[in-house]
Amino acid sequence: MNNEANCTACQSLGTPEQEAQLHAVIEESKSTPGCLMHILQEAQAIYGYLPIQVQKTIAEGLGKSLSDVYGVATFYSQFSLTPKGKHRVSVCLGTACYVKGSDKILEEVEKQLGIKCGECTADGLFSIDSCRCVGACGLAPVMMIGEEVYGKLTPDKVKGILDSYREEQK
Amino acid sequence: MTIQELDAIRARKKELIDVRRLVKEQAEVLAKNTAYRKQVLVCGGTGCTSSHSKQVLEHLEKTLEEEGIGDVLVVKTGCFGLCTLGPIMIVYPEGAFYAQMTPEHVETVVRRHLIPGGEIVKELLYQGTVMDDGSIIPFAETPFYKKQMRIALRNCGVIAAEDIEEAIGAGDYQALEKVLSSMTPDEVINEVLESGLRGRGGAGFPTGRKWMFAKASAGDVKYVCCNADEGDPGAFMDRSVLEGDPHCVLEAMTIAGYAIGAHQGYIYVRAEYPIAVQRLKIAIGQAREHGLLGKNILGLGFDFDIDIRLGAGAFVCGEETALMTSIEGNRGEPRPRPPFPAVKGLFEKPTILNNVETWANINPIIMKGAKWYSSIGTERSKGTKVFALGGKITNVGLVEVPMGTTLREIIEEIGGGIPNGKAFKAAQTGGPSGGCLPASELDTQIDFDNLVAKGSMMGSGGLIVLDEDDCMVDISKFYLEFTADESCGKCTPCRIGTKRLLQLLTKITEGKGTPEDLEKIQELAEHMKASSLCALGQSAPNPVLSTLHHFRKEYEDHIYNHHCEAGVCKALLNFTIDKEKCIGCGMCAKNCPASAITRTDYVAPGHKLASFEIDSAKCVKCGVCQSNCKFKAVERK
Repeated sequence: MNNEANCTACQSLGTPEQEAQLHAVIEESKSTPGCLMHILQEAQAIYGYLPIQVQKTIAEGLGKSLSDVYGVATFYSQFSLTPKGKHRVSVCLGTACYVKGSDKILEEVEKQLGIKCGECTADGLFSIDSCRCVGACGLAPVMMIGEEVYGKLTPDKVKGILDSYREEQK
Repeated sequence: MTIQELDAIRARKKELIDVRRLVKEQAEVLAKNTAYRKQVLVCGGTGCTSSHSKQVLEHLEKTLEEEGIGDVLVVKTGCFGLCTLGPIMIVYPEGAFYAQMTPEHVETVVRRHLIPGGEIVKELLYQGTVMDDGSIIPFAETPFYKKQMRIALRNCGVIAAEDIEEAIGAGDYQALEKVLSSMTPDEVINEVLESGLRGRGGAGFPTGRKWMFAKASAGDVKYVCCNADEGDPGAFMDRSVLEGDPHCVLEAMTIAGYAIGAHQGYIYVRAEYPIAVQRLKIAIGQAREHGLLGKNILGLGFDFDIDIRLGAGAFVCGEETALMTSIEGNRGEPRPRPPFPAVKGLFEKPTILNNVETWANINPIIMKGAKWYSSIGTERSKGTKVFALGGKITNVGLVEVPMGTTLREIIEEIGGGIPNGKAFKAAQTGGPSGGCLPASELDTQIDFDNLVAKGSMMGSGGLIVLDEDDCMVDISKFYLEFTADESCGKCTPCRIGTKRLLQLLTKITEGKGTPEDLEKIQELAEHMKASSLCALGQSAPNPVLSTLHHFRKEYEDHIYNHHCEAGVCKALLNFTIDKEKCIGCGMCAKNCPASAITRTDYVAPGHKLASFEIDSAKCVKCGVCQSNCKFKAVERK
């Protein structure tokens, strides 16, 4: 709980623009049946993740309890309750990639970034996730960084790819 | 739009599209009637987009402009199927199939082939189309395409996926026109029933019966849903249909709406498929503009509209009741059946749910008739099935074959066999709900019932090929990790059963298994099958049971000999250096991440430097030493 109290993002709704966007999404969708998932998806697009205060605001806007909203937000793997890196690395662990050694790709990414799958680097530049099939099985094993797909990977290619994002930062 | 306007678009576009379907000689004659001397199709599916087909497309358009070539039509299509060779580009009317294109290759093709009087650039073609004597065969004659029969994929890789006029020209909405203008709802349902079409999502329930039940349910509000939440990792059939021919799904859902008396449809699609979602949105917008969705469709008095709902990454939402719960905006947990969705489904109203591939079969059934459709396939499984071929196979990609084709034909002929000279070990069908079939079952004719009888299942169409380097215990552990992770937690047999199965399998892969564990697995699996609430839990033990049945020796090898033949299970591996072969170059030690390799004082006869050895206590079994040794001195046991 201490962490939460110290975290400004948990108490505020971000910038005024973000807050206005969130309220607009809630207003626009709240009369549509089954709109909660859509609103959470939009909210995540605005904030990058779903801080508890955002979930509270959505719950109030829809006249639902926080536990309802939290229940949905934690059920689906797409939703994240913690911030993600600027570059989101997602290594495919679907079957086609797995049998072509994607577990070794994930190990290498973890080694290169010094964090585990599901974590974010201290400088906020990278986060790692695993995913189940992006559908580019012809290029297995693959990983995505943001929207970009990298295929036919081997562990020795990983460093160069990550470095290109670090360069871009400089 | 009226029927006459629809027919006019079709007439205007038909010849252009037929050029892409006919054999070379006929296509060349027909091409003269169109405004384009040549047509270049570039694949814009996810596979080719990932291998940068967008740059290829942009470069193609730019180079054509630079060369002042204005009579060549460039078309961005969906998937051609042969994803390994992407980006793919096909030139009509000659049907030249260019593979693994780069911007430089594009320039060569434009300057040598697409210019007036140009000739095919043989060295850039898919080499499967070039014979030993230098002659070129149509790609439809290559082993990959020859045995295929494209019904669901009829327009994929043929039309521009973001252009409704191309879709209409290719025959989309013709069945809707026929249904609304000349068939009663009962006649539609009868046609689908008699075609013998069974649901392509996995379970194989007769589609016509589903529709019949929903029509019989009382109520003025009903729903039609499309399951595009393709969760089986390694399967991408539905995605390819949505990317290549989204209108065929919209059309079929509208037909079903007419048949059961529904006016609203929902497509539940994975958010992980950005291209498919985008094309669906474009398609729905265009269909509304053209009066093919919305009020008074084609002026024939029927109202129907479709909305998209994005999934958020939950495998269980592929189960029909869970999917509906998710569309309602809740946690996607399944509900007990009965009541079945046809009676009480989405928002508690009668609902039918079919998957994308099922919908893709509706237009041909209406247009060509139930009799034609039921003449294809086996006695109890009619039509074709699309498979996503993946894993250890030469031609990774998308194939559509008549039901009854054998696994051997798919893997050895269409798929081109196992690469790198390795031996086939197993074919996995049905994903986390299916099983593995060994070499002795390769002549099994694929249909719904045969696969179930062999301990696997059709599933949605993922077909992963495994070779001698894959450990079957590890593969079942992989699937159990998946189902344990994806179990929604609502019912105990699945929530706890998957975890316990996973623990037992982990134990075996770590060399700590006992013979009793195999009995426990068997017993637990039977309980889960019998008592789980939905198909996820009921089928989760299948990967274990089928491998235990066909590959029991591998399990026993792990348990009794602490040995993993495939060399996958790390805890059972041992790396050693053959002192006689080691020349002492030190590449292994230099690359070892754990500093586990040191020099000995032994110099083998004929070598100048002392050999190295591995400290097994420090070794993390990553195998880097082995892959760096050029002298094959590192052994894995």
